[in-house]
Amino acid sequence: MRMDITDFYDTFFEEAEELLADMERYLLELDVDEPDTEELNAIFRAAHSIKGGAGTFGFDALQKTTHLFENLLDHTRKGELTLRRDIVDTFLETKDMLSDQLDAYRNGDEPDQEAFERICQTLQQLALEEIGQDLDGGGVAAPAAKAEPQPAAKPATAPEVATAAGDGHRIVTLLNVSEKDRQLLVEELGQLGEVISHQGDEQRYEVVIDSSDSDDDIEAVMCFIIDADQFQIRPAGAGAGAGQPEAESRLAAGEGQRVITLLNVGEKDRQLLVEELGQLGDVVSQQGDDARYEVVLDSSIGNEDIEAVMCFIVEADQLQITTVGETTSPEVDEKKAEAAPVPEEAAPKAEATPKPVAKAPAKASKPKAKGPETSSIRVSVDKVDQIINLVGELIITQSMLDQTVSDMDAVADSALLNGMSLLQRNARDLQESVMSIRMIPMDFVFSRFPRVVRETASKLGKDIELVTEGESTELDKSLTERIIDPLTHLVRNSLDHGIEMPDDRVAAGKPRTGRLTLSAQHQGGNILIEVIDDGAGLNRDRLLAKARENGLPVSDTMSDDDVWQLIFAPGFSTAKAVTDVSGRGVGMDVVKRNIQGMGGHVEIMSKAGEGTRIRIVLPLTLAILDGMSIKVGREMFILPLSAVLESLQPAKEDLYAMAGDDVVLKVRDEYLPVVAVHEALDVPDAKTKLTETIAVIVQGEGRRYALLVDDLVGQQQVVVKNLETNYRKVPGVSAATILGDGSVALILDITGLHRLSRSKKEVRGQARTYQSLEALTDKELETSS
Amino acid sequence: MNQTTEAAMTAAEAHNREFLVFSLGEEEYAVDILKVQEIRGYENVTRIANAPDFIKGVTNLRGVIVPIVDLRIKFHLDKVEYGGQTVVIVVNVEDRVVGIVVDGVSDVMTLSPDQIKPAPEFGVTLSSDFLSGLGSLEDRMLVIVDIDKLLTSDEMELVERVAD
Repeated sequence: MRMDITDFYDTFFEEAEELLADMERYLLELDVDEPDTEELNAIFRAAHSIKGGAGTFGFDALQKTTHLFENLLDHTRKGELTLRRDIVDTFLETKDMLSDQLDAYRNGDEPDQEAFERICQTLQQLALEEIGQDLDGGGVAAPAAKAEPQPAAKPATAPEVATAAGDGHRIVTLLNVSEKDRQLLVEELGQLGEVISHQGDEQRYEVVIDSSDSDDDIEAVMCFIIDADQFQIRPAGAGAGAGQPEAESRLAAGEGQRVITLLNVGEKDRQLLVEELGQLGDVVSQQGDDARYEVVLDSSIGNEDIEAVMCFIVEADQLQITTVGETTSPEVDEKKAEAAPVPEEAAPKAEATPKPVAKAPAKASKPKAKGPETSSIRVSVDKVDQIINLVGELIITQSMLDQTVSDMDAVADSALLNGMSLLQRNARDLQESVMSIRMIPMDFVFSRFPRVVRETASKLGKDIELVTEGESTELDKSLTERIIDPLTHLVRNSLDHGIEMPDDRVAAGKPRTGRLTLSAQHQGGNILIEVIDDGAGLNRDRLLAKARENGLPVSDTMSDDDVWQLIFAPGFSTAKAVTDVSGRGVGMDVVKRNIQGMGGHVEIMSKAGEGTRIRIVLPLTLAILDGMSIKVGREMFILPLSAVLESLQPAKEDLYAMAGDDVVLKVRDEYLPVVAVHEALDVPDAKTKLTETIAVIVQGEGRRYALLVDDLVGQQQVVVKNLETNYRKVPGVSAATILGDGSVALILDITGLHRLSRSKKEVRGQARTYQSLEALTDKELETSS
Repeated sequence: MNQTTEAAMTAAEAHNREFLVFSLGEEEYAVDILKVQEIRGYENVTRIANAPDFIKGVTNLRGVIVPIVDLRIKFHLDKVEYGGQTVVIVVNVEDRVVGIVVDGVSDVMTLSPDQIKPAPEFGVTLSSDFLSGLGSLEDRMLVIVDIDKLLTSDEMELVERVAD
């Protein structure tokens, strides 16, 4: 049993994480003055679901925290607790704590006990102050009491809460639960306390249990096996005194719920019937076989009407309709009296009965809401990557075939050629759809910023409004995960340094509330993510002064773009004071490095007094690269197209020899170092005459240089394959790809290639200098002399 | 009585191991067959710059980029030729896939533990660290290569070490 449960851990963690994310979103959206009941319910449900799972898996701290939180939320949604901004903040804090606890459990640790106690105390405190109540209503009370500072507060003032802490006997009624599930449930209940008796049939099954756990806890455990509307919990003996209201409320809970029994109806007709019934209301459950099939329907339509509809398909005698509770309640009351050995003790608890029952509809709405949403499935990234790999293979095979059939006769082999073009189209479509699996909307990233902005702004004492645009723009999942940190940094920076204090803004004639815009859009094969603020803009003079102070090579004639790029220099910060938020100068260089690591770059546009726009340009995916294929000797290489600026045939008069081995190329008044691919990568049989080669001007990490290649072959999209999986990192090479003919081509690393060529020259050293000079003359190079 | 002999025999059989026998020049070598993924021809290898000479490059094995090592060069054999008979044994070591070029693959042999003798200290080119022993089979001698150790050793330069 234990072993089985651990299998579900991952599912629970993932679900809980999503629930917490939802919770945060709702909390942030919450209008403090007029909270939306639906949202409050959603938050409550999230806490409740997590609690249920935590209880089942034995995550005590998580369960206790969610329990307190849930109770507090329950009061909130009932309007007993008036929301304030700081209360929402406390809720958010609690949510963070839950995330931490979840992480701890996921890593197999126990959560931080101190933090746990602190958050429990905070929640207790809040409850005492705001509603004059202690939260420890639930049966968790016993264990939670250890962490609870004032056990004296335990005799709760509200009777409602007190009664929920049911110790003693309870009757759990199961409706329409299959035998297997019933057994499971009885087993589970046995772990909560002593099961005194259990009896009944599929339609209605009663378990009497003696447990010190609260109704809520019992509910939480049961919710894992059956739906909330399939069971009811009430104290034993309550029925004796309050049998009448009880039965009524049960009816109310199952209002319109009917069990329709089909006798000897074939499968086809059954399906038809269920479909018909689905139009009358919600089909809650259905099970059985040809001889006897039961459908539970939740509908407000009368029995006659249901019968009328069904008579179109089956005979009236094949059909029985019973309203849930109607047939059973009278006899059950008797049963209950028998089953409840201590009626007197439980009698005062009678008022409590409506509570769990009343809860049922609220929770019942959840599985209903979930119904249509189950249109997504969880798939591990590995599986997706495997599919992507296979599709890549398919594309390669297809282009190989394409090459083979290209010399065929268009008339004689037209059938084959038509088939080929169809295959090509389908293969491309398939590739596109498979790639789109990995794509997730930017909303995934943007949704965490309302929180960041809210907290940072309040810490800084600024008024800031966050606007997000293009949330539906899609980006590769691996990139969205990696973009969060750099983006958070940029946002914090804009909030801290960009947007001015409210008074300064008013003085500058701007609206008091600053505006921070996050936007995302596609442009070609790239995604542009922008962080735009309407703050003071970057200060050119201050940047230059600071750069000089730091000993960076700057001049007053530098272009604005180059000046702005200074903020990415390590250790660079013009903030007048180091704040809690930013200003230490670490970070921006890391931001830039991270973004470059993702194959992107950062641009800055800024205007004094109007604001700053920081633009991150990223490739949509790391799995595919826009490449330029080049030829050196007999070997083919791929250059990332994003690094290529232009290509030209070097003229003799533009080439200059420098310090022996080095050659520079003059391109429009700029002298660029020259790196020959065949030298750096020892390619045999390459063209050695400089003027016969082609110079591709490339840019990597801000450095520009001319790469000498033999030929440009063409542009193509290539599937990036890691070299390190089975081999190791190769200097000057970033990855590999597979060409149309099935052979492997290396993708050149622009920055690494430059470094490689330099270190090679160093190794060759002085000894070669003389020779190379000679070689240069051989290459018909004439120096200015 | 009968049962015990049977049990002993199965136990002995359980210790028998199967090896793939391949040739490098005149010598016969063997690798644990469980390490071998497949055998294929030598074709379409893309050279890797600035790598040791025995690393011939990488090739495309159904979408996976696999490095190809020529053991003949590594073991300093005189004659290194590439032709239609040149064979690549694709092995799995430490979650990696590596192809090794050999002169030919002859057969699969089962060796019992007493047929495997410890390898003597010898050789500069092939340290006995990389051998799991010598297999004797009638008049043949098989050099049993510990392919895991060999291919992940520093001198093969296939695996990046942290110290690198």
